[in-house]
Amino acid sequence: MRKWGFLAAALGLTLAACGGGTTTTTNADGEAAPAGGGRLDVVKGRGQLICGVDGGIPGFSFVDESGTYTGLDVDICKAVAAAVLGDAEAVEYRRLDSTERFTALSGGEVDMLSRNTTWTISRDTSVGLEFAPTTFFDGQGMLVRTDSGIADLEDFAGKAICVETGTTTELNLTDQMRQLGVDFEPVVFQDADAAYAAYDEGRCEGMTSDKSQLVARRSTLPNPDEHTLLEVTMSKEPLGPVTTNNDSSWYDVVKWVTYGLIQAEEFGITSENIGTFEATENPDIARFLGQEGTLGTDMGLPNDFMVQVITQVGNYGEVYDRNVGADSEFALERGQNALWSEGGLMYSPPFR
Amino acid sequence: MVHDSGSRSFDLKAMLRDERFWKIAFQVITLLVVLLLLSFFLGNLNRNLIQQGRAFGFSFLRNPAGFSIGESLIQYRPNDPYWRALMVGLGNTLTLVVGGIVLTTVLGVVAGVASFSKNWLLQKLSRVYVGLVQNIPLLLQLFFWYFAIFGALPNPANQIGVLGLAFLNNRGVYIPWASSALLAILGIAATVGAAIAALFLWRWRTKIRIETGVGGQAQSIALAVVALAWLAIITLGMNWTVPEGVEGGGVTGGLRLSREYVASLTALVFYTSAFVAEIVRAGIQSVSKGQWEAARTLGLNAGMVMRLVVFPQALRVIIPPMNSQYMNLTKNSSLAFAIAFPEIYSIATTTYNQTGRPVEVFVVMMATYLTLCLLITVVMNQFNRSVQFKER
Repeated sequence: MRKWGFLAAALGLTLAACGGGTTTTTNADGEAAPAGGGRLDVVKGRGQLICGVDGGIPGFSFVDESGTYTGLDVDICKAVAAAVLGDAEAVEYRRLDSTERFTALSGGEVDMLSRNTTWTISRDTSVGLEFAPTTFFDGQGMLVRTDSGIADLEDFAGKAICVETGTTTELNLTDQMRQLGVDFEPVVFQDADAAYAAYDEGRCEGMTSDKSQLVARRSTLPNPDEHTLLEVTMSKEPLGPVTTNNDSSWYDVVKWVTYGLIQAEEFGITSENIGTFEATENPDIARFLGQEGTLGTDMGLPNDFMVQVITQVGNYGEVYDRNVGADSEFALERGQNALWSEGGLMYSPPFR
Repeated sequence: MVHDSGSRSFDLKAMLRDERFWKIAFQVITLLVVLLLLSFFLGNLNRNLIQQGRAFGFSFLRNPAGFSIGESLIQYRPNDPYWRALMVGLGNTLTLVVGGIVLTTVLGVVAGVASFSKNWLLQKLSRVYVGLVQNIPLLLQLFFWYFAIFGALPNPANQIGVLGLAFLNNRGVYIPWASSALLAILGIAATVGAAIAALFLWRWRTKIRIETGVGGQAQSIALAVVALAWLAIITLGMNWTVPEGVEGGGVTGGLRLSREYVASLTALVFYTSAFVAEIVRAGIQSVSKGQWEAARTLGLNAGMVMRLVVFPQALRVIIPPMNSQYMNLTKNSSLAFAIAFPEIYSIATTTYNQTGRPVEVFVVMMATYLTLCLLITVVMNQFNRSVQFKER
């Protein structure tokens, strides 16, 4: 009889578990995730954006001693939160490493990724992602010790290169070295921190990653001056925010908020001067700021969503300068990341 | 008479009171619940995959992998297909598991037996080792060995030579080895074969001596012949190459065990051995005190008491839990991924990341580890049967 009681209890439990989950899939928080799109409603309903970031790359996404997240990638999360929820701080950051990011996104654990993710065709198609506009144009580089005597990739014959797994970097490196016929030893880490630690204590002669990341990470090495970047660019690395396939209304939001940052810079609207545009005569700007038309409400956002974004986060130029550009310790040139009108690649389709 | 017809027709109340009915009914309900749950999960998976525009399938395993792997037992080039890359990972996992099981058994038994030692230092050392290692997570120990111990070795330019036979530097450990893989396999096969032959000869010799009281010379001679043959094959047949230090750093010749492999193996062995030591200790303690005393009365010294009387009986208690330690070691080998050893989990992670097929890759993973663990169980069960009491 006791055995039956146990069985009955187990039965009841399983039925309860079953009944709770037959109609909807649930994510890590137990919130109902929509069956076919509607992430925008989920975010609004939750009142918070869950944004997947790296968290270990100064300038892009970095957690400081007080637990605050800063960086260019983080500011993209903030911009989306400001647009959707009216509050740039309504973001919960999830630190994801490069191997778990896509499963976290497609599993609905995060609403979007803003995490140094390179836009590639296979990720766009077979992995099932949607890439919002590029927020940083980068290229793969190679960090070496200054006294190692290594000047180009050919010098890596028989030498070890540390790399982070799950990255396009890993593939590009192999491609480049195959092309050059250089036989090297890859030492592949899951965790970027472990990879840089192994490079720093001499396990590898080289450390390869996106150039911006190498510059940022070099600053956290014990003796930054002992390391230099080789004069090679192994690949194109367009980095930007990512959402999943088949949720175009959410994808549209992330996409146009990102474009909005670029467009704001092109209009010359900054967080400082946005007050002066309240009674603008320019119909383009009036539409952009939601004073005319229904660009915001058509997307399911408040019509003045860009006002929120610019006031709380700033335009793309401000975001860039603050985190990686002139006003930061890295002082990276704008280069390819300048506006199209200034010789760069940053270009937003019209807000019309 | 009137009620007779009622008892022959279907009696619901009687059936509900019948224990046999309930036994069968619960079996059926349990089965239904399991099937229901399974179909729910599979349906959910299917819906989610369709929602993301993907179909379940394994054909991607034939696509070229495109990434390079640091070390491999079999030939591998970056344009080989994913399944081959996974095979490389499996090979690397197996080197870790097989090496780990052998070394864990030796170290674990030694540490377990040492806890009974009359030697105060040896006994305390064993207790401290077990207490310390058991209570630190394996991942931490992996990082410790990789970064703190093997990372502290000098760079190739200042490498440490050991008697001119081996070299140590922060890239790995270089040891003498057969000049070709084929010869290496031959050497290993010869060692295993000789060990098995020796075991059988030894048992045969003991049996004859027990039954007849004399004899066993023929077996002794055969043992010597096996030992000599093995020695000859190992010393002359293997065409040993000894690692040589290169001017300015680096090593040529010999076998290189990468730092990732050596650190993973060391951490796994030290960690698992601590548990094995406790199992061995429990096994020995399970043998009744009378057995020790009786054996001492026969005039056996402490070492012989352990070897001939106590340990064989302890094996009955030791072997079943050893099985789970070997399986733990096998599964824990996936943590070597954290310190860049390219074992199968590491390759699988790269694979699902590049292809975006976590579900399929994880099915492959689960099947692989399940197979490995079942193999270990089958072997251990055989072994277990051979040491249990033979009841007649």
